[in-house]
Amino acid sequence: MPLLSRRMKDKMVKYVCLLLSAIAIVPLFWIISTVVINGISILSWEFLTSLPAPYGEVGGGIGNAIYGTLIINALASLWGIPVGVMTGIYLAEYDKDSRLGNVVRSIVESLAGVPSIVFGVFAYSLIVLTMRHYTAIAGAFALGLMMIPLVAKASEESMKVVSNDLREAAIALGIPKWLRTIKVVLSIAKGGVLTGSLLAFARISGETAPLLFTALFSFYWPYSIDQPMATLQVLIYNYAVSGFGNWVLKAWGASLILVMIVVSINIAVRYLTKKKYSGCE
Amino acid sequence: MSNKTPFFNDVKDNLFKYLVIGCSLLVVVLFSLIFILLVQRSLPALSENGINTLIGSVWDVNNLVFGALPAIMGTLVSALLATAIAVPISLGIAIFFTEYAPDRARFALSVFIDLLAAIPSVIYGIWGLWIISPLIKNYVQQPIVDYIGFIPLFAGPAYGLSIFLASIILTIMVIPIISSITIELLSSTPSPLKEGMVSLGATRWETVRNVGIPFAKLGIFSGVILGLGRALGETMAVTMVIGNSYLWPFSTVSIFAPATTITSKIAGELYEASNPVHVGSLIELALILLIITLIVNFASRAILRRISRRQFR
Amino acid sequence: MIMPYKLEIDGLSAWFDQKQVLKKISMKIPDKSVIALIGPSGCGKSTLIRCLNRMHELIPGARVEGRVLLDNVDIYDQKVDAMEVRRKIGMVFQKPNPFPNMSIVDNVVAGLKLSGKKNKKDLMSIAEYRLKSVGLWDEVKDELKKSGASISGGQQQRLCIARALAMEPDIILMDEPTSALDPASTAKLEELVQKLKSEITVMIITHNVGQAARVSDYTAFIYLGELIEFGETKQIFESPKNPLTERYITGRFG
Repeated sequence: MPLLSRRMKDKMVKYVCLLLSAIAIVPLFWIISTVVINGISILSWEFLTSLPAPYGEVGGGIGNAIYGTLIINALASLWGIPVGVMTGIYLAEYDKDSRLGNVVRSIVESLAGVPSIVFGVFAYSLIVLTMRHYTAIAGAFALGLMMIPLVAKASEESMKVVSNDLREAAIALGIPKWLRTIKVVLSIAKGGVLTGSLLAFARISGETAPLLFTALFSFYWPYSIDQPMATLQVLIYNYAVSGFGNWVLKAWGASLILVMIVVSINIAVRYLTKKKYSGCE
Repeated sequence: MSNKTPFFNDVKDNLFKYLVIGCSLLVVVLFSLIFILLVQRSLPALSENGINTLIGSVWDVNNLVFGALPAIMGTLVSALLATAIAVPISLGIAIFFTEYAPDRARFALSVFIDLLAAIPSVIYGIWGLWIISPLIKNYVQQPIVDYIGFIPLFAGPAYGLSIFLASIILTIMVIPIISSITIELLSSTPSPLKEGMVSLGATRWETVRNVGIPFAKLGIFSGVILGLGRALGETMAVTMVIGNSYLWPFSTVSIFAPATTITSKIAGELYEASNPVHVGSLIELALILLIITLIVNFASRAILRRISRRQFR
Repeated sequence: MIMPYKLEIDGLSAWFDQKQVLKKISMKIPDKSVIALIGPSGCGKSTLIRCLNRMHELIPGARVEGRVLLDNVDIYDQKVDAMEVRRKIGMVFQKPNPFPNMSIVDNVVAGLKLSGKKNKKDLMSIAEYRLKSVGLWDEVKDELKKSGASISGGQQQRLCIARALAMEPDIILMDEPTSALDPASTAKLEELVQKLKSEITVMIITHNVGQAARVSDYTAFIYLGELIEFGETKQIFESPKNPLTERYITGRFG
């Protein structure tokens, strides 16, 4: 094969791959621009702070959904992040190669692959059916459970790269293990733990399936975590499939808010971990 | 240093140790509980329905007949199709990224891939439902139906919401997973091997093809399986664009017909289900999905373990 | 009779970003001879040979100036394809790098297959010829299908040489080819280098001054990116003109 045609083949491959990359990226821009264009028309202070109007009526807003998302995410993080970090500490600092350690690691990895709707069904069976009513607690439980493998993996990984010299220095100073782990290892690894938690938070902000039969939805301000609660995600789903023009428009508005939250967290994380793809080999 | 006696430090040490182990055990317990609970709650369905859930094709709530075969097929076909289409695209992205892209393009590309992965599935859903569905229906499905609609696979009518659309949306969602894994693998091709190729006068494509990809083959495969797992478990985007109907595949094999997946069935019906057999059947479906995705995940990890063992030789 | 020079290096300078690693190197290299490049550790010598097969420029931030004339054609000329240069000037690396996903035979003919040679019989006979010429045939003829990485280090290095030779290059560059090998393999390789010079020019980087003396016809001493002295090996080792050269050869530094 003459050199020229090998060069041409190389060029062709380059352009084909470029084309494929462009094809994959087009949806990203399309989705974001659609969300922005459709959602921005309905954004207003009233929209963001008032309760939804009943079906069929125009007006009202998504105030309770925004509030609800924040509450449920906070609750989920309250239990998901600590348990995740503790599990990460266990995997990195204690019983690294023991059988129990390997079982835990295996289970954490499996948990990461469980479909979100299964978490919802689990929370439904565990809490909703037992308590006989829909409750935001069940939703926060499911979402927290989803956070655990993400936070645990991120924590474990950032603790594993802490140089052993530092641990040995601490041992030599007579510092007990628990203090060593917290004040030495964890404080160095806290960047990774933080970004892992942020990413987990962003992830559950978008998860809808686990909430569909736990926290459900509500047209009122959240007044008790033991009751159904509105969230942005469920609102978007309900309103989008309703077919009612004004509600679909509101769904776009809520989508815009949700996308802004998720994208800003992701950009913040990227800023915090600037070394990611430095572009050199 | 504190003047507490060693005893107190020991106590704190042990407390912390138990706390840490306790949390880990909690995770193990919860995981097992998922299985136990799902099995328990699906018992009413198992005893009433038996094997029918897996092979039956009629789902009739009123008469308590729960055959989920169309849903199972919907899940498998849409996931497999999406993954199959995503693989060449992801490969192309990865090759462009590692071999041809200038620095700035690499940075931009990696940001875009991350963002694609970060977009919540319900957003994919609303976009698919209200923007893509009418476009696909009028500009892709209808023309195809007009020209080759005699082939059963492409028969009309052209429903926008269909297994076809669901597969497309799933493809977009799976691409970030497969491409980022492939990029990592191709980037870690040992440079002596690449240099060996270059010194023989190879082009970049020839280097990737003869050394890069063979080296990364197993890893890419495990990444593909991971993507498949994601596609199998995807709920919201699929629920909003697949049409939720049992038309496919037994009333028509056309990919332009609405269909159902396990996830869309559960998402759509669990809220309103009151009959224990109905609820049980839905939970049984969740159990089936769980088992499938766990097997897929396990396979992916087993392959990765084999790779790392191989590299130690 | 004046022998035509195979390779003429004219004012070659090279940079890694802002750092200059080669300073106006000029050498005239005759055909069918062995040239040893000696000098203390540093990137000068490796960079030099990577400028000769145009691999230096692949590193981000790398820059080259000057001319390198192969048979009177500047390999850095705009019209010259770098890939073509690499086919005419082959390279063997410090650590043997056979392709582990290819068999021994496929390794030897890897470069030829890229050029489009497909005929299996032809490829097989070329592989046999080249393996014989590096003295590997008898050792591996029963395991030709095994992976290129499954043989010993010394054998791998000879395989890499066979691979480079299969391209029928005019010059072969070797970057400390025996530094990762045991003494027995080293001896075999030095023998091979002596054999090769009847066909092509060999440039070999070595840290082992003794090896340079044993193996080469000409020696170049490179220090801190500059060519300190270049001449017939006999002359360099018996009566070096530059005091730095003498100090290096007698082991007083480096």
